[in-house]
Amino acid sequence: MSGPQTIFDKPNTYIGKSVPRADAVRLTQGRGKYVDDIQLPRMLHAAFVRSPVAHGRIVSINVSEAKAVPGVTAVFTGADFVGQVEPYVGVLSHLAGLRSAPQMPLAVDVARWTGEPLVMVVASSRAIAEDAAALVEIDIEELDPATDMERALDADAPVIHAEFGSNLAWERLVEAGNPDAAFARDDVTVVERRFRFGRHTGVTLETRASVVEYDPSERMLTYWYSGQAPHMMQFILAKHLGLPEENVRVVSQDVGGSFGIKIHTYGDDIATAAAAKILGRPVKFVADRLESFLTDIHARDHVVDGRIAVTADGKIAALAFDDVTGIGPYSMYPRTSAIEANQVLNLTGAPYLIEHYRARARVVFQNKNMMCQYRAVGHPIAMAVADGLLEDAANEIGMDVVEIRRRNLVRDDAYPTVSATGMKFDDLSHHKSLDRLVEMMDYDARRAEHARLRKEGIHRGIGLVSMVEVTNPSPMFYGIGGAPIASQDGTTIRLEAGGAIHVSSSVTEQGQGTNAILAQIAAGVFGVPLDRVKVTTGDTRSTPYGGGTWASRGAGIGGEATLQAAHALKQQVLEVAATILQSTPDKFDIVDGHVVDADGGPPRMSLSDLARTVYYRGNELPSDLSPELVATRHYRVSDFPFVFTNGAMAAEVELDPETGFVKVLNFWAVEDCGRVINPQLVDGQIRGGVVQGIGGAFYEECIYSEDGQLENATMADYLVPMAFEMPDIFVAHVETPTKTSVLGAKGAGEAGTGGAPAALMNAVNDALRPLGASIHQMPMTPERVLKALGTV
Amino acid sequence: MHETRTISLTVNGETSTNAVPVRQNLVDFLRNTLGLTGSHVGCEHGVCGACTLEVNGAMVRGCLMLAVQADGAEITTVEGFADSGRGADLRQAFVDRNALQCGYCTPGMLASALEYVEGGGVADRSAIREHLSGNYCRCTGYQSIVDAVCDVIDGRARS
Repeated sequence: MSGPQTIFDKPNTYIGKSVPRADAVRLTQGRGKYVDDIQLPRMLHAAFVRSPVAHGRIVSINVSEAKAVPGVTAVFTGADFVGQVEPYVGVLSHLAGLRSAPQMPLAVDVARWTGEPLVMVVASSRAIAEDAAALVEIDIEELDPATDMERALDADAPVIHAEFGSNLAWERLVEAGNPDAAFARDDVTVVERRFRFGRHTGVTLETRASVVEYDPSERMLTYWYSGQAPHMMQFILAKHLGLPEENVRVVSQDVGGSFGIKIHTYGDDIATAAAAKILGRPVKFVADRLESFLTDIHARDHVVDGRIAVTADGKIAALAFDDVTGIGPYSMYPRTSAIEANQVLNLTGAPYLIEHYRARARVVFQNKNMMCQYRAVGHPIAMAVADGLLEDAANEIGMDVVEIRRRNLVRDDAYPTVSATGMKFDDLSHHKSLDRLVEMMDYDARRAEHARLRKEGIHRGIGLVSMVEVTNPSPMFYGIGGAPIASQDGTTIRLEAGGAIHVSSSVTEQGQGTNAILAQIAAGVFGVPLDRVKVTTGDTRSTPYGGGTWASRGAGIGGEATLQAAHALKQQVLEVAATILQSTPDKFDIVDGHVVDADGGPPRMSLSDLARTVYYRGNELPSDLSPELVATRHYRVSDFPFVFTNGAMAAEVELDPETGFVKVLNFWAVEDCGRVINPQLVDGQIRGGVVQGIGGAFYEECIYSEDGQLENATMADYLVPMAFEMPDIFVAHVETPTKTSVLGAKGAGEAGTGGAPAALMNAVNDALRPLGASIHQMPMTPERVLKALGTV
Repeated sequence: MHETRTISLTVNGETSTNAVPVRQNLVDFLRNTLGLTGSHVGCEHGVCGACTLEVNGAMVRGCLMLAVQADGAEITTVEGFADSGRGADLRQAFVDRNALQCGYCTPGMLASALEYVEGGGVADRSAIREHLSGNYCRCTGYQSIVDAVCDVIDGRARS
């Protein structure tokens, strides 16, 4: 990459510094602006009647009593939106063979999961809307549900979409080398395991929410939503509500957590927009917690049969697995529900040198809520299968789990490489990260301590994971398949008359600190104090066009666009300064808001003097000089489908064989996310991610009955990690900047969630092994641990 | 269901009198009627802690109390703490430690942390974690929150 390489050494750079986030101050004072805080004149409130059954034909709907409730403005059924909303289908062309059926915001004739919206009531308050919703009479003829994904492909399973003839949504086989021959070798040890990964969900503390205003006089729809991808939603709303794209404005202000939950198209949100358009009045919908559990996308839900063959000296001879995953009755729109399985195929074993590989995934429809992309898409499955098999195999051949990794991890000096699955890797540091991890956790001493404690009846275990993480996706992720999802992002920076700069960028903020790191990059590269930078994100009207923040792309892609824009603006300013000061641009620099001589010395002029000269007193400038003092740059990853990062993590647990309880004593994470822009923010991402991984490993599960009822849809019944159970998490960094950008930043947001479950499962198995037991099912609840021990 | 009662109460030092639906919970009243949107609604059944606020000197869940039960009460919300300066060191510590990401749990988390600090809680990480275990945070992993509370306790002990 060409560009200002010296920016990282500048005295006023903020890159690499843990400066506090500007946004944090107002959020501690109750000054956040979340969607439910919005009150508009004449605003109405929506409530939904949802399917009480997992599969049923809608025979009749009677809304007359609901409509008669004072305060009710309108009641919509699925049929009322036919012709008002264009149906949507969650398929992409690069996922060959993926199929899904058209969806409407409210089910029209058949309900296919418990919680699917059927009727929408719009009233002067949410309470009245709920009162009226309770009076809607729906006659549903129950149909046999197909809930169990492992039986959904059986010949006698109820077929959810008759036109497809089966419940298979997508299937893909990846094969490299000759795995059959490798497994058949007589000098290898083969380990086989069945892994089960339960369904869980995001549990964003702020539920999904939207406020939609439609002005019929200008045919202008404004959609405030708690979400991550404003421009994607602009396209979707325009297309499916029949509006020109430019007549849709999407705004995301403060977002109370997202984690991938809020990048999808939900029927109740689309219905809210449709109702606002039909009624010509603002409509608000805020999901309650029950609605969130029933309809926020769920994640994982895989059964994987995996096999590994290793030689006596610990080399992986072959890896193979078969993955079945249940996605609910539709593939989610527009990102599809096949991406997770695709990631599992691509990423399993990716840190290791593997020649012989076979992986099959089958993605099946079932009568449960939809499954789709949630933080660390596919990663926890890929890492747990590969590293679970690897650690079990190491124990079979009597080799230490660190040693077996050292013998198989791709060498740090081997890059660029291509994996067995065709993934292109560069700038990774598996060995360096593992070495750092082993040192940080004092691995050998801890092993010795565990052996000693075991004699005292204390059962501790250590488990590791070496991982890769998909970050900074290129157009190959979604755009190539026809999704309205930008892979490039843009940043505009303008010099204000007062000498400050204003940054507006198409990446978005959901708490990870996007706005803060954009400010740090802009301030440092351009040359103003950090408090002279204002940042706007999350508004299609005022930011450049882009994808938003997901797949760990905010820093790597938005950050690079910001770096380039700041550099370009600086060149403009230096050109003006050179004209005013009668020299050439290369003789000057910008430091702390002032133009200075490049070789040091006192300030020559302030940026406000320069800006006011340009904006107010253009007469003082030569007539052939017409400065813009605003620069926009866009950036996309073009040489690789993704910029992979890597990390190494370890967990230490203590098991109580009497109760099955597992306590996480310690967790260590070494992450190589390239150049670290703000260490404190990156550490926050790692720790928060690890804790979500601990949730998936031990606590979180959407428990369905056989007939498709979600049985634990409250926060009292669905367990999430709370402060008391969580350990302190030790974080260290290895910095191998990506060569795909000047900034060199890769993503860091998903590492913890992707890697922690594998390390935790390995740690539990390390503790269980002397007791002759093992567990390969998540969450690893006390009951399952006791079952593994054979005591219940 | 639509029955109302008139209540008078003092919120963040200001007294107001309003007719409230008898079924309305306190946090909805504060948010929707008084415009105090700093208190957040996360679960509406007393589990997540996002709506934690102070009523007559005790930290309570704003979703588990009806507005009519607050007749005559003295209430402080996150906005009131910010205006009065109470807990300013705690808010600063949250900023310094980045003990918040999305900020949605923060008003309730601050209230529970303030209860611990003002109640004479010591800088014991396990005890802090236990005290804060009624407040759900999905973003931080809690560690930075514990760090911030320890900083404040240590800071108050020094001064």
